[in-house]
This record gives sequence, C-alpha cells and structure tokens, in this order.
Amino acid sequence: MVDTTPEHAPHTASRPPGLRGIAADWASDQRAFKNVSWGKAMIWIFLLSDTFIFGCFLLGYMTVRMSTTVPWPNTAEIFALHIGGHSVPLLLIAIMTFVLISSSGTMAMAVNFGYRKDRRKTAALMLATAALGATFVGMQAFEWTELIMKGVRPWANPFGAAQFGPAFFMITGFHGTHVTIGVIFLLIIARKVLRGDFDRGTPGFFTSRRGRYENVEIMGLYWHFVDLVWVFIFAFFYLW
Amino acid sequence: MAQAEAQDQGLQAQVAHAPTAAHADEQQHPIKLYLVVWGWLFILSTCSYLVDYFNLQGYLRWALIVTLMLLKAGLIVAIFMHMAWERLALAYAILVPPLLMMVFLVIMALESDYTWLTRILSFSPVQ
Repeated sequence: MVDTTPEHAPHTASRPPGLRGIAADWASDQRAFKNVSWGKAMIWIFLLSDTFIFGCFLLGYMTVRMSTTVPWPNTAEIFALHIGGHSVPLLLIAIMTFVLISSSGTMAMAVNFGYRKDRRKTAALMLATAALGATFVGMQAFEWTELIMKGVRPWANPFGAAQFGPAFFMITGFHGTHVTIGVIFLLIIARKVLRGDFDRGTPGFFTSRRGRYENVEIMGLYWHFVDLVWVFIFAFFYLW
Repeated sequence: MAQAEAQDQGLQAQVAHAPTAAHADEQQHPIKLYLVVWGWLFILSTCSYLVDYFNLQGYLRWALIVTLMLLKAGLIVAIFMHMAWERLALAYAILVPPLLMMVFLVIMALESDYTWLTRILSFSPVQ
C-alpha cells in the first residue's frame, strides 16, 4: 500500500491567540484517516456509536434472559404464521429478513450506479430500497399488533418470563425506528439524485456542502448498518 | 474469484487516488460482485432459518447460529459497506471497539448467572 502521509506541517506556523488558536491546533494536520473523506469518516463514527447502543440492548436482553428463573417464551411458536391450517415457525421473521437483505442488495447497487453517475438507475434502486424498507416496517407493525392482541405487554405476557415484553418492544422498536428514519432519508437523497443535485454539486439545504455522489454511499452505509443490526437481532432474539 | 478481482481493482483505485489524499476513494466494482454477495446472504439466511425449522438444539444450534450470523455480518461489512477496500487505520478504528464489548458480554454473563443462582436459592418455593 502506498503511504500517503503528507509532509509534516511546520510546527512554527503561527496560530491565532485564545480559543481560535486551540481550535486551529486541534483542526490542523491531524488527519488519521488519510484518504477517507470527512462525510464517510463521520458516518462510520456514528455507526460505531450506534453499534454500542444496540450492543447494550442485546447485552441487557441477554442478562435478563439468563437471570430469570421463569421459562422464556418460545419465539418459534409466538412468531409462527398459520398458513392453510399449518403453523410455520418464525415464517414472518424469515420473510422480514429476506426483505431487508434484498433492500441491502438494491442499495449496494444504487451506490455503484451512483459512482457511475447513472442518475436514473441510482434513483430507481434507491426508491426500490425505500419500498422494501417500508415493507419491512409494515410487517413489523403487523407483528407488533399480533403480539399486543395476544396480550404481550412491556411488563407481562401470557407465554412466560415477563422480561420478554420489554426486550422485544425495545429492541425491535429501536431497530424499526432506524429503518423508518432510513426510509425517509432514502426518499430525500433519491429526490436529490433524480433532480441532478449531485451532478451539479448543489449545496445541501442543511449542511451547505456541495452535493456529491458520495452522499449515496454514506446513505448506503447507514442502510447496510440497519441490515447488519437485524442480522444480530435475528440470531440472538429470534433464534436463541 | 469475483471478490479477488474486485479487491485488485479496489487496490488499484486506492493507488491511483493516493496522490490526492483528501479525495474520496470512489468505490467501483462490478455489479456481479453485489449480486453474488446478495445470493450468499440469501443462502446463509435460509440456512439459519432452517436451523430453527428443523429444531436443532444444544451446542450444534449455537455453533450454527453464531457462525451463520458472523458470515452474514462479515459479508455485509466487507463488501456492501466496502470495508475490505478502506484504509486499515479506519477499519481498525471501527472494527476493534465493538470487539471490546466481548469483555462486557463476559462480565454480564457471569453477573446474570450469579443473579439466577441467588434467585433460585432465595426465592424458590420451600421444599
């Protein structure tokens, strides 16, 4: 790998006095991620902090599940779908998993077409991603409704350990919120792509930074992260 | 094979962009790569669903669930999120901290075992 470390800046460079000097010192020549753009570095840092949030949720869930003396509800039965008189275990969750993975696939391709500056294909794939994301949230709303009808509450449920309710609502609720926010941002970015903002470099309304197709990749990183979290939730919450 | 090819291309892209350190590293890989990964994610998800469908239990279940989960997570992070082509400094900065949560996991597992034992000893019905 080629070393791209820039020449060291002269330490004798004059700094403005006071707080501005402090800011200048902290902000100058201190790049750790040399060829990574500002936007990408920041989304990765954000995703890292989000990893800790979901990590703590899953750890909390593990703790209450391992420490309860009451049997844990059987998720395979609770999340089963009844089709033609047969009860297929976890079917709804499996379909949700496939929907989310598919949305990740379309998003990855949207990023690819974005860097090829293919406006229409990028926007179309992003809209497909948003549609799949909305489908996922819809199925989750259905799942929540089912469980609430069956009497699952954050403080009790008819199937076993009371801790099942809060763990379920908190973890899937937080994840569903992430998906919902992702869908909203997908629609916003797709509109910008379609309008040609990233071809012209139109400054963003909020950030005033010139629009670039890299924004599509940053959106993609967030979306793949949401899918990634679901992989862990699927394994630990539904399959355990 | 597609992955190896794409990696070569990614490295070339990095070399090409190296002089302009501040420039974003534009990721450019063949679409086929994403379709292959997508297919694998489907296969792996189906496998982890089948673990539950066939009602495997015990250590086998755990080994399969965790292995399939890590394979899926690895594919998403490495290929879809392009971590395989990022600079090592960034990859380590992002991927190492979550690993430290394993320590937290061990602590909480010990703690919950202790809590469980205390509950059994103190709150179980008198025999």
